Amino acid sequence: MLCQDCKKKEATVHLTQIINNKKIELNLCRECAEKRGFHSPLEGASFPLAEFLASILDQSLKKVPTRLKESKCSVCKIGYSDFVKAGRLGCGNCYKVFREELKDLLRKIHGSDQHRGKAPAALEDVMKPIKDQRRLQEQLRKAVESEDFEKAAKLRDKIKALDKKL
Amino acid sequence: MFDEMVKEEAEWLSGEGKNSDIVLSSRVRLARNITGIPFPAVADTDTRQKILSYVKIAIDKGGAFKKGIFYNSSELSRTDKDFLLERHLVSPEFAKEQNGFKGIFIGEDEKISIMINEEDHLRLQAIRSGLEIKATWEEVNRIDDELSEFLEFDFDSDFGYLTSCPTNVGTGIRASILIHLPGLVLTRELDKVISRITKMGLTVRGFYGEGTDVLGNLFQVSNQTTLGKSEEDIIESLEKITQQIIEYEGNSRATLFRDAKEHIEDKIWRAYGILKYACVLTSDEVMNLLSALRLGIGMGTLSGIDLKLINQLLILTQPAHLQKYYGYQMNADQRDKKRAELLRERLEKS
Repeated sequence: MLCQDCKKKEATVHLTQIINNKKIELNLCRECAEKRGFHSPLEGASFPLAEFLASILDQSLKKVPTRLKESKCSVCKIGYSDFVKAGRLGCGNCYKVFREELKDLLRKIHGSDQHRGKAPAALEDVMKPIKDQRRLQEQLRKAVESEDFEKAAKLRDKIKALDKKL
Repeated sequence: MFDEMVKEEAEWLSGEGKNSDIVLSSRVRLARNITGIPFPAVADTDTRQKILSYVKIAIDKGGAFKKGIFYNSSELSRTDKDFLLERHLVSPEFAKEQNGFKGIFIGEDEKISIMINEEDHLRLQAIRSGLEIKATWEEVNRIDDELSEFLEFDFDSDFGYLTSCPTNVGTGIRASILIHLPGLVLTRELDKVISRITKMGLTVRGFYGEGTDVLGNLFQVSNQTTLGKSEEDIIESLEKITQQIIEYEGNSRATLFRDAKEHIEDKIWRAYGILKYACVLTSDEVMNLLSALRLGIGMGTLSGIDLKLINQLLILTQPAHLQKYYGYQMNADQRDKKRAELLRERLEKS
């Protein structure tokens, strides 16, 4: 088998990555593998994830929303099309500028657009009620799923009470 | 550079920790960025320089890195960077030539390290020998808490920690274990196991060598998603699945030794013979042969060789390590000879 990059040398590095049951295979010669950043067989590849991301970006975000056609992030000056091309954001502020589009994308990548992990210590107090809220909503979803409507009603009341506080 | 380091071994190669005959290492990485500053890829050199000094100051102020060493990427040669890559202290992305002003901070025993100005401002890493993923997470979490006293990390109440690539956003966590699965490979059960793992939201990566055998039979299992689950949940599910994989691997080995004992033992002893007496050995070949030795130790076929030696040899026979060890630059042919020489020496002693 010939290397898929240079199409000259025999492919000796065969890499398979499986993401969401989608198999990506690469067959490269040693030089081309090194060019792509594979040096040590011990180090996992990072780019197939990028390729996977690119494929999602391609499908779902190629059409630039009209409201974002001209807008650029005020901090790093990255435009929406730059992001789609590179698959990388320029700074934290980009997450505000492209918020709605990112929510959609994050749901596709992670199956969620809501953080449930730790927060910097300084923000823990602010984050706690928000996290509680998310936990209750998750419980509510499960209660409704299992048709436990009594529990669901109680949870809904709790969420409403918390909403007022927030 | 690294003349001393090449002679010392990192903690994660010690062969200690739970299930270390099958799990080589547990590693957790956290991606963090400083608020209000563009990510490294778009930051200009002045900004990158600033990020480096901010992080250095925070590291100096924190107590966790008393005995650490800092290296600026500009003082590192190509071989130096490959050396760090082989030691799992930097990523391939870091080792690439482009964009200067990167830094790497290495803690005592190499258990903790921080890459600066790779894809994100900071990539904190903790790594340990064996299946010790919880302890590894706690370690890196502690470093994160400590640094966040001095650095304001970019955080959004919906999206969590903000990262250059949306695949890392939220927890910014990548937890992975490096696992040795010759039993599953030889019994051709691996595909089944992989499909089960991927259904659980984890990914498996592995390097395949020429021919039928997988190179070194080493695989990295890590979490795929970073948003919507807590760090603890991510760690717990990785640990649980790893325990399952260990069980499957154990069953496969038992089957092999029941149905093909002579054949497998022959494979192990042949590997030992080649490693001990060959005069020219490529790095790929060594990885596969060491895999057979590791299996032999796990199954009790080989005695008198410990896992620590196998782990050391796995790293020491890599190209950059070999050159650092002997102290001069070598081309591939020269390395193949020196590699065989090194193995002969080390296995003679054991």
